Parts: sequence; structure tokens; C-alpha cells
Amino acid sequence: MTFRQQLANKPWVFQRGEVADSRGFLGSTPKVTLGVFLCVASILFGLFIAAYFIRMGYSDWRPIPVPAILWLNTMILIGSSMFLQWAAFSAGREYPEGARLGLYLGGGCAIAFLIGQWLAWHQLGQLGYFIDTNPSNGFFYMLTSVHGLHLIGGLIAWFRAIIRVQRGGDNNLIRMILELCAIYWHFLLLVWLVLFGLLLVT
Amino acid sequence: MAITDVAHDAVDYVRPAEIAEEELYHPKTWLGKYVFSQDAKIIALQYSMTAMAVGLIALVLSVLMRLQLGFPNVFSFITPDAYIQFVTMHGMIMVIYLLTALFLGGFGNYLIPLMVGARDMVFPYANMISYWIYLLAVLLLLASFFVPGGPTGAGWTLYPPQTILPGTPGAEWGILLMLVSLGFFVIGFTMGGLNYVVTVLQARTRGMTLMRMPLTVWGIFTATVLALFAFPALFVAAVMMTLDSVLGTSFFMPAIVSMGQTLDYSGGSPVLFQHLFWFFGHPEVYIVALPAFGIISELISVHARKNIFGYRLMVWAIVVIGGLSFVVWAHHMYVSGMNPYFGFFFATTTLIIAVPTAIKVYNWVLTLWQGNIRLTVPMLFAIGFVFTFINGGLTGIFLGNVIVDVPLSDTYFVVAHFHMVMAVSPVLAVFGAVYHWYPKITGRMLNESLGKFHFWITFVGLYCIYYPMHYLGILGVPRRYYANEVTQFIPESAQILNAGISIAAIIVATTQLVFLYNLAVSTIRGKPAGNNPWGATTLEWQTATTPPTHGNFGKELPLVYRWAYDYSVPGAKEDFIPQNVPASGDTGDAK
Repeated sequence: MTFRQQLANKPWVFQRGEVADSRGFLGSTPKVTLGVFLCVASILFGLFIAAYFIRMGYSDWRPIPVPAILWLNTMILIGSSMFLQWAAFSAGREYPEGARLGLYLGGGCAIAFLIGQWLAWHQLGQLGYFIDTNPSNGFFYMLTSVHGLHLIGGLIAWFRAIIRVQRGGDNNLIRMILELCAIYWHFLLLVWLVLFGLLLVT
Repeated sequence: MAITDVAHDAVDYVRPAEIAEEELYHPKTWLGKYVFSQDAKIIALQYSMTAMAVGLIALVLSVLMRLQLGFPNVFSFITPDAYIQFVTMHGMIMVIYLLTALFLGGFGNYLIPLMVGARDMVFPYANMISYWIYLLAVLLLLASFFVPGGPTGAGWTLYPPQTILPGTPGAEWGILLMLVSLGFFVIGFTMGGLNYVVTVLQARTRGMTLMRMPLTVWGIFTATVLALFAFPALFVAAVMMTLDSVLGTSFFMPAIVSMGQTLDYSGGSPVLFQHLFWFFGHPEVYIVALPAFGIISELISVHARKNIFGYRLMVWAIVVIGGLSFVVWAHHMYVSGMNPYFGFFFATTTLIIAVPTAIKVYNWVLTLWQGNIRLTVPMLFAIGFVFTFINGGLTGIFLGNVIVDVPLSDTYFVVAHFHMVMAVSPVLAVFGAVYHWYPKITGRMLNESLGKFHFWITFVGLYCIYYPMHYLGILGVPRRYYANEVTQFIPESAQILNAGISIAAIIVATTQLVFLYNLAVSTIRGKPAGNNPWGATTLEWQTATTPPTHGNFGKELPLVYRWAYDYSVPGAKEDFIPQNVPASGDTGDAK
């Protein structure tokens, strides 16, 4: 039964003996879970961004300069996302070497991105832009931290994926894990692009 | 033709399962079975007991508050600071650490897998972690009673700037512990909440279509979705407030002179905090109310031996109320000052909520209409809930209007309103649910005489507490005040009323000990309940053993053939047909 049919059902009308498999109508369970979690995370970032816009309207707002290294970081994060996508593709085509390489490169890029973010903080700190200097600075440090923490959470899953891939075994399971990693990375890339765009525009 | 008409294209055919069952985790040690358990039923009990323990603390705090209000200047240990700390902790604990945790973590964990016919939650490990993070959050919150300065006294809404200004009790340590504790609560809840939602979406047994789910599951499911989407706002507010407090940012803190000193803050927006807080805070009301709605529908249908009236409308009302709850938050902020058009919008959306809630109330009453009503203890609590919810809902219509709200906002009228609607009503639902499902959880019935005693004292007592508060509010007696001396508009008789309220509060609070005694003693002395003492149709009553073992249903998962409300079907042998009974001659289903 489709979702729409399920809702249009008149439950008091007895459906004799018709026992349908009502499970899994939205796809595999881990994917549904990730989807719901990404909705929650989107709302979290959305609310941060809403707060950013509201606070921006006050007269004491002075935009924070955008360190050039953020452009490099953005490139690295795009690379990270692409490598993981490639890893997922490779697992789908039963090409374990590609999956492994993509996974390593993707995670490596993510770590490089985090180091790059830390360097950006360091540069801003040296220029005298601390977290309490201006609300725009506060938002920059806070948003990059929250995004970074999500990425670190992703790296924990990535680390477990590496163990799983090294051990080998069921290719379908490995492919699903890599797909989940790739989806999560794309989401964090999208969030970063929005945040970075916000910094550039405002 | 019987009530349960048969669809024209119905066929006698059971399709083979398309999806294999997931493997259960089997613990080997005692610790793994009863402490670090991954069984949703054990986690549910852990959640419930922790929530009830912390709720008892909040109950004691409310009695202390009432002692001060009823008999001012008698109890010297209740200082103005202590009073406002009690108010804050009472509110926060009751709303979040008791009701949210009990409805979703407690009832959600116990009932969702059993009622949808699953062996467990889909991610048992995350489910277990969810409880332990919740426990950590509770311990952090309670730790604030023992730090220098004591717990925060900012009011449960934690409005800046006063929250973190010197002079507010607990402005240094108390508020930090509160914010960190809330952060952990949100993280822990998200792990559990993902489980509840995905279990309902993905792990229902065969035949359990969405529209055959019991309304309890619908209520808990929708409330969980609301919580998943609303708690991030609390999280964002807590993070930004923590930064303001610890690192000196000015997200919420305006330029301010405190005790003669100019602070380093500048330009922040306290109203921004209010928006974030109430974007969480209003859905929170429905996070507590929707599971109660579901549970009450269940209790009324079972104990009136009648199918629920308007099942589909009940489901849609739950979903619509959930959706609307996200667009009404600023009605908590009428007195903060806002654009009149803004106020008009929020007043309108607020009043629209009355439509789906009224539908639910009518449907409960119509379910009772000509039902074979059995005044069991759960039924008494369910009827008590409907009464109280109507009362609280009606004053909600008053307060939803800007011009009525503005003069009443800081008075006892609001205290009376929100206690009626989101304290008394959900608590009555909790009691009803405990009396209803206790036989399944322990295998024994609760003592009925003690239960009736508990109900009548609690129900009548609560009205003695909150009804007079409406009058106090209309007189203009302000809330949050430590002491109300006699003023031009507060007559002396208000104090007599206050003393009476306090006495009623003490009696009601003491009566809860009878409930706890009943809970404890009935585990040993209660009458054995059997598998299905109420003659209910839903799957949790059809388990092979009571209490259900790990894995819930013996070897085979039940197959579901019908909806959850086949009560008093004409022609049937018994006055209920369980969901897992296929059609046959003696069930009364028309051929």
C-alpha cells in the first residue's frame, strides 16, 4: 500500500485476510533514520541562521572579515564530499579498492577542512577579532563550531566505516554504510555553503 | 449489516513477509539485563522511575511555594531568593524532566513497540544511551541545588538579561548547570526520539497500517515529531545564552548597568531569546498534550466498550494540532511588545487551534454516548481529564486574545490556566495510563479502592487549588511574587483564599503517597491480572506472557487483521475482537 492509500484507508471497514507488509514503505530503515536526523539538524542550523538575521538588524553589528583560507576550506570540503560519493559508487560496482580509496581521501579531506577552520580562527584571533568583540564574530565562531562538531560526529561514523570496510564482508552492507556517509557529508557541505554564503553576503 | 462492513474487494490471503525480522540483542549478564538494558520495556521503566523521582522533588518544591503564599512570614527558611528558585525548578522539572520524559521516554518506550507489534525499538543501543544521557541531565540539574548560590532563580522561561545578571539567584553556577543540563536533555531525547519515530514508520508488524494504529501511538508519534523539531530551538537558545554568560558575547544581552556597574555587554536582543524559547515552548505544550490525547482516547474506548468515534478525524486532529503548534508561539509574548498585525496573526492561529481540539473533545464525549461505561479507575481519570481539559481550554481562548491577555498576563489567571491545561490534565492522563497499563507491566492489578480514593482526592483537590486562582487572577493578584501584602486592589479575603489553596495543595500532595504505596505494594499483593484484564483489543494485551518477555511476542509476530477499536461488534461472541483475530463466523464480521 502506498502512503496515500494507507491514509485514505477506512479502518473500520474490515479488510478480510488482507495482510500487507506495511513495513519499509519509505526505504531502508537506516536511510529513513538519517533522513529524520537531517531534518532535525536542518532545523537546528535554520534556527541559528534565523537568529543571525534577527541579530544582524541591530545597530552594533559590524561584519567580520572573511579569511581567504575559507575559500580553500570550501574546496577541500567539496572534494571530501565527492570522494565519499565516489566511494559509495565504487562499492555499488563491487570495486572495493575504489571504495577504500574514496573513503580514506574523503575522511582525510574532512580532517584537512577542520584544520583549515582552526587556522581561520587563529588568523582572526591574531587580527583581534575575538568571540566577544562583536555579535558577528560571536556568530562566526559559534556556527563554525557547531558545523565542525557535526563533522567530527561524522568522522566517528567514518572511522567505524573504515573498520567495516577493512574487515570486508557483505558488500550490500558496506555500500549502504558508504551511501549514508556520503549523504551526511553532502548535507554538511550544503550547510557549509549556506553559512559561507551568509558570511560573504552580509 | 454489522458495524464492521467488509470491503467488496477483500480476499482471504496472507502475503508472505517481504522483510526479514531483525535480530534481537541478547544480554548475558545481570547488568546487561536490568541496568544497561537495551530492551525498550526496561528503558521505559528506568525513564519512568527517574522522571517520577525528580517529579516528587518538584512536587515538594510546589508545596514549599504554597506554604509561603498561604502563610507568609511563618516559614523563615523560605527567603525571597529561595522562593523564586523553587518556582524556577518546579516549572522546569515538571514540564521537561517529568512530563516530556515520562510521556515519550516512559510510555513511548513501553507502548510503541508493543502496540505496533515490533520486537523492540529499531536502534536499541541508541535507545539505551538516550536514557543514560537523560539521567546525566537530571543529575546535573539536581547538582545545582548544591553549588554556591544554589539553583537558578530566573523563572522557568530563563529570560535574559536578568537570568545571568548578578542579583538573580544562581546567576553564576545554577544557570550554567541548568543550560548544560538542558543541552544534554535535548541530545539524549533526540537519540530516543529518532527511535520512536523510525520504529513507528518502519517496524510495524504485518497488517498494521498507519490507519490501524491505536491513537496512543499516533499521539506519541506526533508528539515525538514535534519534540524533534522544537527542541533544537531550546538547544540554540541554551548555547547562545551559555556563550553570553561564559564568554561575554552579546547575543541576548543589551548594554546594561547592573548594581552601579556598566557591564561589557552591548546591543543584544532579549526578545530574540524569547522567540527562540517560545518556538520551543509552545510546541512543548502539545508534546505533553498529544500523548495524553492518545492515551485518553484509548482509555475511553476500552472502558466504555465502544469503538472510538471518528477515528480518522481523531488522527487528523492530532496531526493538525501538531502543525498549528508551530505557528502560535508569540502568543506567549504579547506583553513583550509587538507589531499589532503580528499580534493579530498569532491571536488568530491560536484561536484556530480550538477547532481540532474541540473535535477531539466532542469525539470523546460521543464515544461515551450510549457506551457500556465501566467506572474503573482509569476511566475515572479519563473523564476527569476531559473535564479539566475543557476548563483549561476555555481560559486558553480568553488568553489567546491580545486585549484580554495583556491585563491578565502577569496574574494568577495565567497560573490557573496553564496548570489546568498542561499540568492537571496531563497528570490525570498519566495516572489513568498507569492504572490501565500497570497490570501489563507487572502482571498484577493495582488496588481499586486505593485507586478510587486517590482519584477523588486528587481530582476534587486540584479543582480546590486551581479554581480559586482564576478569581485571584481577575482581582489582579500578580504571579511570581514572594508575598502579596494588602494593597488597594487585593482585599484581605484574597489571603484567606490563598491559605485555603495551600491547604488543598498539601492534601493533594500527601495523597500522592497513597498512589506510590499502591504502586509498590501491588507488585507483590496485587490481584493477578492475566494477559488481558480489561478485555482490550490492542496488541500489547495479546502477548503470550504478562509481563511480556524480551522480544515482546513469542516466536511469531502477530498479524494484524483489523483496527484497534472493534468493541461491542454486533453478533460477536465477546464485546471485543483483538486486532490479531482474522475474520470468521463468530466474530460477527459480515460475510
